[in-house]
Amino acid sequence: MDVLGAQKPGDEGNKNKNKGKTPTKPKRYFAVSTGAPSEQSNNESLKQKHKGTKSKRHIADPGGKVKVFDLSSSKKMFQQQKREHYRMKAHHKEVEEDYRKKVDPFPGEAAIPADRLKKYQRGKLTTTKWARSKLAMGEIRKREKKMKAAVKQAARSEYLLTEEAGYLEGDDGTHTTNISQGDIVEAVDITSAQKHFELRLNEFGPYRAQYTRNGRFMLMGGAKGHIAAIDWLTKKLLCEINVMETIHDIQWLHQETMYAVAQKQWTYIYDNQGIELHCLKMVDSALRLEFLPFHFLLASSSSKGYLSWIDVSIGEKVAGHATGLGRLDVMCQNPNNATLCLGHSGGTVTMWSPNVKEPLVKMLCHRHGVRSIAVDPQGKYIATSGIDRKLKIWDIRNYKMLQSYQIGIGASSLAFSQRDMLAVSKGNIVEVYKDCCRQTVTSPYMSHRLPGSVLNVQFCPYEDVLGVGHERGFESLLIPGAGEPNFDALEANPFQSKKQRRQAEVKMLLDKIPADMIHLNDRIGEIDIKTFKQRIELTNSIKTLKPELMDYTPKYKMKGKNKGRKREQRKKGVVEEDQRKAVRREMKKKSDTARGNQHNQHRDSGNVLNRFERTQS
Amino acid sequence: MSSKLKVKVLSRNPDEYLRETKRDIHKIQRNYDPSLHPFETSREYVRALNVTKLERVFAKPFVGALDGHKDGLNTLCKHPTSLSHLLSGSCDGEVRVWNLAHRQCVSCVQAHDGIVQGLAFHPSGNRFITCGSDKVIKQWSLSAEGQVEKEPKTTILGKTVFQSISHHNAKNMFATCGEQVDIWDSRRTEPLRSFTWGVASQHYVKFNPIERDILASCASDRSVILYDMRGSSPLRKVILKLSSNAIAWNPMEAFVFTVANEDYNLYTFDMRNLSVPMNIHMDHVAAVMDVDYSPTGKEFVSGSYDKCLRIFPVNKGHSREIYHTKRMQKVRTVQWTLDSKFILSGSDEMNIRIWKARAQEKLGVLRPREKTALEYGEKLKEKFADHPMVKRITRHRHIPHTVYQSSKEHRIMKDSQRRKESNRQAHSKPGERPNVPERKKQVLGQIE
Repeated sequence: MDVLGAQKPGDEGNKNKNKGKTPTKPKRYFAVSTGAPSEQSNNESLKQKHKGTKSKRHIADPGGKVKVFDLSSSKKMFQQQKREHYRMKAHHKEVEEDYRKKVDPFPGEAAIPADRLKKYQRGKLTTTKWARSKLAMGEIRKREKKMKAAVKQAARSEYLLTEEAGYLEGDDGTHTTNISQGDIVEAVDITSAQKHFELRLNEFGPYRAQYTRNGRFMLMGGAKGHIAAIDWLTKKLLCEINVMETIHDIQWLHQETMYAVAQKQWTYIYDNQGIELHCLKMVDSALRLEFLPFHFLLASSSSKGYLSWIDVSIGEKVAGHATGLGRLDVMCQNPNNATLCLGHSGGTVTMWSPNVKEPLVKMLCHRHGVRSIAVDPQGKYIATSGIDRKLKIWDIRNYKMLQSYQIGIGASSLAFSQRDMLAVSKGNIVEVYKDCCRQTVTSPYMSHRLPGSVLNVQFCPYEDVLGVGHERGFESLLIPGAGEPNFDALEANPFQSKKQRRQAEVKMLLDKIPADMIHLNDRIGEIDIKTFKQRIELTNSIKTLKPELMDYTPKYKMKGKNKGRKREQRKKGVVEEDQRKAVRREMKKKSDTARGNQHNQHRDSGNVLNRFERTQS
Repeated sequence: MSSKLKVKVLSRNPDEYLRETKRDIHKIQRNYDPSLHPFETSREYVRALNVTKLERVFAKPFVGALDGHKDGLNTLCKHPTSLSHLLSGSCDGEVRVWNLAHRQCVSCVQAHDGIVQGLAFHPSGNRFITCGSDKVIKQWSLSAEGQVEKEPKTTILGKTVFQSISHHNAKNMFATCGEQVDIWDSRRTEPLRSFTWGVASQHYVKFNPIERDILASCASDRSVILYDMRGSSPLRKVILKLSSNAIAWNPMEAFVFTVANEDYNLYTFDMRNLSVPMNIHMDHVAAVMDVDYSPTGKEFVSGSYDKCLRIFPVNKGHSREIYHTKRMQKVRTVQWTLDSKFILSGSDEMNIRIWKARAQEKLGVLRPREKTALEYGEKLKEKFADHPMVKRITRHRHIPHTVYQSSKEHRIMKDSQRRKESNRQAHSKPGERPNVPERKKQVLGQIE
């Protein structure tokens, strides 16, 4: 279905047909009084429809033919002519009125294509099937109606988006692989051409580069201690320092005001002036850093196999797991659920959340060690590359392999773009693949050779740019169609002013998601059937609780009280009392655990807000 | 080759994204694509939780107290046309006029010997009627500023004590009750009509504000009686297990009224069918003394001998809010102001207290951004209302120890009664002890 419904394609078809021929009048949807006989009949039929019986009187010549009058009776003829004249005048007036009546050529609401509606749908609609009462049913229906309207509205708003995604097409059938950066630079406008640049920094490499979330700023860190933060569009330098130590990784924090650097021993936080703000001694010998922007967590993996999460908003360690999986130098985050993916030397990929001491998922992806991992922005696919020189694409939703590519010398670094392009670095060559997840591609979309071997690649968000950090500096490549064309200014705004940035920071902090909400499947918006079932089971188990019988031998009592019956009675009493106690104890324990009964804890500490603190259940 | 290349690279013109002058507002481009909004639900949940917490933090319902009476408050009456005026009558026979905006007593008059039993405004608001335990009804005139003339306009000497008074919503008529319910014309000294039903004395009477000729009264034989002023005899009555203390008519639904009962509950009735109450509102732990509807007709407030006020939604069995202070004693009378924003309570320790109807509400004018944010918060709370954390925090109230303990006690009692009843049912012949719903248990009978 087309966007504007069924009429439009027909219209366009008409236009196209008429292109080569002599121009004919376009078909009108309503009558025009031109006087031409064929149209007149058209008018009349229309008029009849509108005016009913009254207009029928006016139809003088149903066939639209010219009447032949009798010449002999001229007076009669004159009168008749006069009558005809007035009749026609009245008729024209009427038609004129009709003409002014606005008729919508596309009646009803504009149709929205189904796939676009689907894009904005969040989960299934609720059925009224299980509604307990008619009232509830009505309420559900009302809510669903509102939700449908919201989806429609969101889908419609797509018309308002201003930018279109980039593209690259070679001339008739040539593959885009062979198009060089020089060709693109020549073909595009000057502002875009300036986005392709090269920084030759021979001394402190190899370099690692990273962009901020809005794609405006770039951070570069050379392994020999050189750090530079740049507004890469204007090529304005924010700061440049040398920490005089080995640098393992660099990472922007929530905004361009701060960044973390994993140095030889500790991890440090610097601001955009290059001033050291913190030295995080709890992050020891970190190899990779990842920042989870919505949780304000700085995750780090160390050479000792230790994985830790630090809440940078309060400066506390949230969790730390000793993975026992050796040196952790391959890490990336799943941007969809904030779990961490680690690659190991045995060829496994593990996923971690701060709440579980064990890996959530352990996949065997390669026969040899994993060199690099990347997760696509929607969290559907994961790309892994190993020493076995394979590049594999997995579906993370069901952990199945979708594609397996054998590439040259193997990929050292991978990165997904916002529109699901995959950048792969092999040696000193960077290749970009398009649509390589759902279908098998045979050749890269683009390819580029660099002066040194590549350390990392990263796409710039909201731009058609790929940043490549390599042995001898940094290069920014133009990859048409890589970036999302339309940003949402309330999420990430490349044109943010200082004030807006501050406001956004406050909002981000207020919306900080607690670390204990990191799971593989975020089910916060769904009905918690599992816990409900558990609760029912618990109550049932309390009802049918039966402790073991106590083994009890009554003491010898004095004469008269130690008769057989009395003895039995005494014994029974004690045993039953014990049983009752045990049941009570058990019930209390169970109900306490069910309630997570720690609500009086806040009284110990001074802060009033502590009573709202989450209790562990 | 490059000449034939079809290429487009994203290139944004800053002029389209930046405001032209500093006086303009910022251009905010939106893209509602869900993939650009990760953790949408989680973030909303966090917001909802924050809103809920802030709501409890800002829940400071107590606005102020009006002191000046020298004896316990017995009755309050709000002005029908002016939001800032309030009448109060105390047990020493004093009637005071208050200016709520200034929180000051405007004027004061010694109206009766003994308790001021009832206060009622004329719908025009320029005069009011009082009745006392001295068997006298007095009419007073009131200026626009709230000044009362020292001498009453008229004085009617009755034969018996008047327990309560209520004014007709449009006509120059009012009703009193005592030994019987009397309908008076304000220009006459004898009642137009008197209603009696049995020998019971009546202690509360209230006119229906919409169906203006209908009135209801509470009698000492535990009944609530309905009258039509135009008829000669009462319409019907319903007998409850214990007697009722007060009646409030729903100002939006003419046939709905709520009675405050001695058995700690409130009962909402449909005037057309008194055999079963529409709803039982439980939460108080002592006799409920007074009840008043909000002008929206969706909620009502009740005051009780357990020294608390509670706010109930009309269609809910339990209160949404409890108000109490350490110093407030037994609440005798409550009023919901006509702007629906405040609640007034008069209690035994001689103070009138002003409360906010919505505890967390910010008073005063809201800026549009503030208003939008609050509305958004409300919606979020609604969306995540059933999440355990949100639910717990929303429900969290600090309540007095005595109330807490006795409500616990009542719960145990109720549970044991229920258990006993279910045991009895289980061990008797099927059908011998039918399951009677709670609502039906409380009503002993309806008499036409």
